[in-house]
Amino acid sequence: MRIVADTSRCVGAGQCVLSEPEVFDQDEEEGTVVVLVERPGGGELEGAREAVGICPSGALSLSED
Amino acid sequence: MTSDQPTVTLPAQRTCPFSPPTEYEGMRQNAPVSRVTLPGGRTAWALTRHEDVRAMLADPRFSSDRTHPGFPVFVEGQQQIAARFKLSLIAMDPPEHGPARRAVVGEFTVKRMAALRPRIQQIVDEHVDAMLAGPRPADLVRALSLPVPSLVICELLGVPYADHEFFQSRSGRLLRRTEPLAGREQARDELRAYLDDLITEKEREPTDDLLGRQVLKQRETGRGDHADLVSLAVLLLIAGHETTANMISLGTFALLEHPGEREKLEADPDVLPGAVEELLRYFSIVDAVTSRVATEDVEIGGVLIRAGEGVLGLGSSANHDPEVFPRPGELDLRRGDRHHVAFGFGAHQCLGQNLARMELQMVFETLFRRVPGLRLAAPADELPFKDDSNIYGLYELPVTW
Ligand code: HEM
Ligand code: SF4
Repeated sequence: MRIVADTSRCVGAGQCVLSEPEVFDQDEEEGTVVVLVERPGGGELEGAREAVGICPSGALSLSED
Repeated sequence: MTSDQPTVTLPAQRTCPFSPPTEYEGMRQNAPVSRVTLPGGRTAWALTRHEDVRAMLADPRFSSDRTHPGFPVFVEGQQQIAARFKLSLIAMDPPEHGPARRAVVGEFTVKRMAALRPRIQQIVDEHVDAMLAGPRPADLVRALSLPVPSLVICELLGVPYADHEFFQSRSGRLLRRTEPLAGREQARDELRAYLDDLITEKEREPTDDLLGRQVLKQRETGRGDHADLVSLAVLLLIAGHETTANMISLGTFALLEHPGEREKLEADPDVLPGAVEELLRYFSIVDAVTSRVATEDVEIGGVLIRAGEGVLGLGSSANHDPEVFPRPGELDLRRGDRHHVAFGFGAHQCLGQNLARMELQMVFETLFRRVPGLRLAAPADELPFKDDSNIYGLYELPVTW
């Protein structure tokens, strides 16, 4: 599973960082999402899934490839 | 089962401080997308289900233009006040909203907020010290709820805290539904004039604070002007202290009235982040600020909403939707669900949410650790709840220890 982040949609709410700080960070200037681990596993994947469901702007998705 | 005939008049009053207005449950069951009557006799749609509220707030066909005549408001004439000055962020739509939010959101990242922790802890400790040294009973609103977030937002923005009486009273009047229109207008004008002067000073000599940095950023990028910055300052100053203050008072009240939940918190600090999410959900103090006006015909929850019609996204109803939150009326600090819409949803989701979370966590942790004997000093049913405000809260909370 690969995390796809669309930074043009991201509104910088940081909910992803709260869900899984090992996987997501925010750009210092723009506040938009930075994916630290593109293909998370185990608990991190679970955290990433939670972030996808909670992200207010639909900026995050998981891709099968 | 939806009807075009309005059956409910909003705003509805809470009959129990712990529950959303009782009307909402009936609406959610009978007509989750309901036609409602607003003050002044206008009608609008009200969304009561979590799914529908989220769908609307994420849909760009709904506008945040608070000056639009169809925008649903609880105070007739509010749109005209809004129209006199450009409102920042909260009233903006694309393509204007995105760049304006990007220009400031970097100031509110999770990391930037975490860096404020030591200073916030110091502020909280000083105020708890002062409360403990003072007379009993104390009013928690004056002792802690208002000063802590006010000081934090002042330091962050670069607004002199010495002027707090001035801006707290103005923002209180702006949010109170019973305040006559002229009074609201005056409050807004005075607040604007005050921040206008402050920004002019910062333009002369940029200071190292959020507003000073915005001055420099405007020069660098050539985007935005003086009036934009004044609007942003007004929004951040009001949004930055009122909401958090009300959550501190209500959250403390709820924990005092639910000793079992309080014990969970005192026994295990790891409960803290989830406890704050649950308190935000439980009270949903910003019930109807998350409203919009449709710019096209859109179907929501099987109902056709026509272009130009107003839609209220009732956050407290969405956050008590039993399909998403089982036993929604129960305060459960271990619920472990962050899907609430207490901070809204979509592109306008609260800019200051991570500041608010941190302040609430630090206040509750410090207060219950340092004042284990804390208790109410007045009967719960006699407390002055903000039933007349667009943001729910408490005017006063007498406590002793
Ligand atoms: C417990 C505290 C708070 C609650 C419950 C809360 C709630 C909300 C909600 C529901 C919205 C969305 C409005 C909409 O969709 O139309 C919002 C937006 C906003 N909030 Fe908060 N808020 C809180 C604290 C703060 C703080 C501390 C700040 C500032 C430091 C802040 C600044 C803002 C701003 C600037 C917006 C507009 C964002 C935009 O339109 O892009 N809020 N807030
Ligand atoms: S949760 Fe979504 S909108 Fe918020 S920072 Fe992460 S990707 Fe961006």
